[in-house]
Amino acid sequence: MTTTIGILGAGKLGTVLAQLTTAAGYHVLIAGSGHVAKIQLTVEVLIPAAVPTTIAEVCHQADIVILALPLSKYQTLSPAALAGKLVIDAMNYWWETDGNREDLTNTHYSSSEQVARYFHKSHVVKALNHMGYHDLFDEPRLQGQPGRKAIAIAGDEEKYVEETVKLVDRLGFDPVRAGSLADSGKMEPGSAVFGANVTKKELKKLLTDFSKTKYGQ
Amino acid sequence: MTMDSRQIIFGIDSFGDLPQNEDGKLMTQAQAIRQVVTEGILADNLGLDVIALGEHHRSEYAISSPETVLAGIATQTKKITLASGVTVLSSDDPVRVYERFATLDALSNGRAEVVLGRGSFTESFPLYGYDLSDYNLLFEEKIELFTKLLTEKAVTWSGKTRAALTDVEVYPKTERGRLAARIAVGGSPESVVRAARYGFPITLAIISGSPKRFVSYVELYRKAAQKFATQAFPIGIHSHGVIAESDEEAVDLAWKHIRKSFVRIGKERGWRPMGKAQFEKEVKNGSIYAGAPETVAQRLAATIKQLDAGRFELAYGAGELPVQARLKTIELYATKVVPRVKELLAKE
Repeated sequence: MTTTIGILGAGKLGTVLAQLTTAAGYHVLIAGSGHVAKIQLTVEVLIPAAVPTTIAEVCHQADIVILALPLSKYQTLSPAALAGKLVIDAMNYWWETDGNREDLTNTHYSSSEQVARYFHKSHVVKALNHMGYHDLFDEPRLQGQPGRKAIAIAGDEEKYVEETVKLVDRLGFDPVRAGSLADSGKMEPGSAVFGANVTKKELKKLLTDFSKTKYGQ
Repeated sequence: MTMDSRQIIFGIDSFGDLPQNEDGKLMTQAQAIRQVVTEGILADNLGLDVIALGEHHRSEYAISSPETVLAGIATQTKKITLASGVTVLSSDDPVRVYERFATLDALSNGRAEVVLGRGSFTESFPLYGYDLSDYNLLFEEKIELFTKLLTEKAVTWSGKTRAALTDVEVYPKTERGRLAARIAVGGSPESVVRAARYGFPITLAIISGSPKRFVSYVELYRKAAQKFATQAFPIGIHSHGVIAESDEEAVDLAWKHIRKSFVRIGKERGWRPMGKAQFEKEVKNGSIYAGAPETVAQRLAATIKQLDAGRFELAYGAGELPVQARLKTIELYATKVVPRVKELLAKE
């Protein structure tokens, strides 16, 4: 059976992720913040193989849900609606969109830990957040192809990390494990990994070097 | 709707970056503004079609009031179109924007063009007392009002972001009967659809990555215009570049200056500095047009063809690109690159 991917957020990142997942052969549903009609034409032209629908339908039908909405908006979603599902958190704190939020800028918890606490009945994995959307669009390569780029993945439950590893690979990137959700701070804005469009070897090095940096201490 | 290559419009764009002068010292903001006026006059003399100046409120850019600088250029030039790029409509008053650009249109004998956008920076919001959380509402309401003002007839409008207007005439009226206006978008599909809904031409700000990603945006714009029964105009493109006598020199300047400005801005947003490989990718087939005239012409012709564009604007002075290199870029662009791009496209 084809896995259904649900993408919440139909902005720059959401549309590119929908392009990648449809190209990889998944059945893809996508929802924006407003009425379905608002994104209908965009989806028809930019992501013809995806289905525009409501947030509720995405949550209901998808096997895997990718969060590609502004970080400050995740609490508008229902945790119950995503219970039991793999939820991939691709969101980042962006003060210009999200406003100055102390809860999102503290250094004690990664933003994904907060997201996971909110969706406590789901299985949250952090991935697809650190590469710019234009690079995500440009860079997919087949497994083993030279110069294939890497995506960092962090999560607390091996089964779901493994599922995300497979997804990232199928999208055209080398998956690199980056530890637990508590470790995912090293993939956030301000880290050496944020914006990284590099190979597996280089990404691993950036993740390892993190503890040696000022930000990592 | 493939364009006749002779009709493709070529322009240069600036935000008023502070250049280094001959001694390697950074110009003051006032000097940088006068430098842009000099460059506007040069561009007009060399036959370029447009100069577009963008509004910013940051230390590294001198232009916060594009139309004032454009007015300075207006009275010393004959043919060049005087555009903003962009005017941050969300944090401005549409009535005043109309008034200022209609005034510029009078000064320039009908050469003004207002290019509206939401801006890639957000400094203007707190500066003018707007709340960033109203980002979408502000633009939506103001573009609606501005569209009415463009008719140059009495306007009636009401909304949440500004005082209502009832049957109000706004002056000066233009001699053309309508101010030239466009919307610049940075790649949000929603912005593309909105521009089509209001019937505006669009400029795509393509700052990084392959231009190919925008092919579907061009289709989106055209399909949206069809759906809303508005006119779809030829697409404009804005990207960074530097042109020198040799590829090596231009790429070196791009690394030192364009990359530096990207790194500086990216840092504020938490992005790691652009590495060598990423930079080389941008130069080779991404969105930095750096090279000798033939190299840049080949790349531009390919981009224009790929996006079926009707207009290209080169952001020519990013970072602290020295004055001489800026002038050289404009000269080579106008005298070598543009004719060569037209020739390459005519051959197709």
